[in-house]
Amino acid sequence: MAASGNTSDVFAPWNDASATPLIRFEGVTKRYGDFTAIDNLTLDIYEREFYALLGPSGCGKTTLLRLLAGFEEATEGRILIGGKDISKVPPNQRPVNMMFQSYALFPHMSVAKNIGFGLKQEGRSKDEIAQRVAEMLTLVQLQEFAKRKPHQLSGGQRQRVALARSLAKNPKLLLLDEPLGALDKKLRERTQFELMNLQEKLGVTFMIVTHDQEEAMTVASRIAIMDKGIVAQVDTPAMIYEAPKNRYVSDFIGDVNFIEGTVTAQQDHEITLQSAAGQDFILHSDKPLAISSTAWLAIRPEKIAVSKEPPEDRRNKLQGIVDDIAYSGSISTYHVRLSNGDLIKAQMTNQRRLSNRAITWEDNVWLSWTDTAAIALTE
Amino acid sequence: MNQKRFTWFNATSLTFGFVFLYLPIMLLIIYSFNDSKLVTVWGGFSTRWYTALFQNESFMNAAWVTFKVAVLSATIATVLGTLAALVLTRAGKFRGRMLFSGMVYSPLVMPEVITGLSLLLLFVAIGWDRGFWTITIAHVTFSMCYVAVVVSSRLISFDRSLEEAALDLGCNPFNAFMQVTLPIIMPAVVAAWLLAFTLSLDDLVIASFTSGPGATTLPMKIYSQVRLGLKPEINALSTLLIVAVSVGVIAASLIAKRAEQVRARSGDG
Ligand SMILES: Nc1ncnc2c1ncn2[C@@H]1O[C@H](COP(=O)(O)OP(=O)(O)O)[C@@H](O)[C@H]1O
Ligand SMILES: [Mg+2]
Repeated sequence: MAASGNTSDVFAPWNDASATPLIRFEGVTKRYGDFTAIDNLTLDIYEREFYALLGPSGCGKTTLLRLLAGFEEATEGRILIGGKDISKVPPNQRPVNMMFQSYALFPHMSVAKNIGFGLKQEGRSKDEIAQRVAEMLTLVQLQEFAKRKPHQLSGGQRQRVALARSLAKNPKLLLLDEPLGALDKKLRERTQFELMNLQEKLGVTFMIVTHDQEEAMTVASRIAIMDKGIVAQVDTPAMIYEAPKNRYVSDFIGDVNFIEGTVTAQQDHEITLQSAAGQDFILHSDKPLAISSTAWLAIRPEKIAVSKEPPEDRRNKLQGIVDDIAYSGSISTYHVRLSNGDLIKAQMTNQRRLSNRAITWEDNVWLSWTDTAAIALTE
Repeated sequence: MNQKRFTWFNATSLTFGFVFLYLPIMLLIIYSFNDSKLVTVWGGFSTRWYTALFQNESFMNAAWVTFKVAVLSATIATVLGTLAALVLTRAGKFRGRMLFSGMVYSPLVMPEVITGLSLLLLFVAIGWDRGFWTITIAHVTFSMCYVAVVVSSRLISFDRSLEEAALDLGCNPFNAFMQVTLPIIMPAVVAAWLLAFTLSLDDLVIASFTSGPGATTLPMKIYSQVRLGLKPEINALSTLLIVAVSVGVIAASLIAKRAEQVRARSGDG
């Protein structure tokens, strides 16, 4: 689970101390009047990364992209691209292209003209532009639509034109602001994989903004979880999910149950936490915790087993009453109410048909998990 | 009253309203085809007054001056008015913004006599000879505000991210405006030009104040002729003016309407 620093076959330049980042934010702050949209932010993005910015609406994701594209100027701090400070470089001279949330296709131009627009500004020859446009149209599979105007296309087609247009100049960095937000679920999932393939094929660094955690988990090499203008954690999807740094991150990515308690014993990575009700739990922690300090046990619903009989082989167990069962096809989520009134969510895969299942509403059940399933969080 | 209902009251008031508005104009148009020399007696259909009109050099001169003033002032007003609209909608808060927008819009409600008089005083003070150019400048000053109103109402709903996309793809701000913004707001700009053109075409008051001996516009000519007595040629001339103004106004509204439809269809700002 823990990422190691010297695996050469895995793509992980962020673990390589000698690698220079393509993009570096150095203590960047952006204020609109009294309001701080980005607060003293520092982060590195490496070449060929697929970097996802994830956070609730209004946390500053778009502002971050606009700072990079050059539409906003940082109030404090520096932004470096390839080691050069670009704070004073206007947007039209940055090696960065952006795919807008609204796509921003030029309504008075055909698809081909839209895609060729950036190349025309560079003063390339007609033949060169035509060739590159054809290439891009093939890439996004819109060959037959070259002469159409944007309003004659479907949402998914417009999205691909916008993508082709922003890739036509072969930028070092492509910024994508909620590129799939306007698509329906099926199309969105397909497009996620297309984006990943494209990114791998072209070797362009992608920075994608999304508020959809599943999307970020699927596409990204690393995810930055943002919260009100600050970055709460930057890590690989697996690390974000399995080793969140705090409750905000673990709550934002997927479902999680928290139990507050006091640390009573520690041995290597194994910690004993005593809950307010006086019950002991065994859990895992990467870092040492002080005895008698407050901590939270965090456990994902799918790591909790539900049973009618008390589990003999597990040290972590809780008794409760089934309050609700959310059936969603392949899995069921059990909302179990403890004696102190707290609700715990547990997930089980539905191996049997619905009618054969033993556990139902108002049943008295046992919840249990292994010693390493839960982690300890201190903030 | 949130139901559209046909009532006798509505029908009557509508009829009276339209008759009141359009009967004089209809009469004028009909009498322009009158064969008789007497303006109020119908003597059969004829186009002789149109022929006479086209042979009357002073009328044709006035028409030519009017046309030149209208085209030139509309063009200058469109450029300046569009720039003013850009400043009004784009520049964020700057010192004196309220004052600036107030100054742009105030000529809309200023009595024409005052505008004309103040311009006259200005031209006299500077010592310019009054004539073609002073009329043109005067027309620019008041039609510019109308242009600013029309264009800025379009710019308010313009999706700024289109411009940003152009910048992002390598345009400098001027090219972004010329290649993206201007083509998209073009219908509004054309409508504004037509509006400025028709405003200049039918202006009498301001032109009277600011014209000199060499430059007489058609409305001035008509006015001075009518004071000497009604002549059938005036009917013909007025009919032509009505046609020109109607074409301008109708074209402007059609352009605006079509652009609105295209925008609704493509679903962008
Ligand atoms: N031009 C602006 N003026 C004032 N406040 C702004 C401006 N742009 C963004 N904000 C504020 O900054 C915060 C972050 O916005 P944004 O980056 O768009 O969030 P999101 O994460 O949803 O993309 C929001 O609270 C927004 O209201
Ligand atoms: Mg946003």
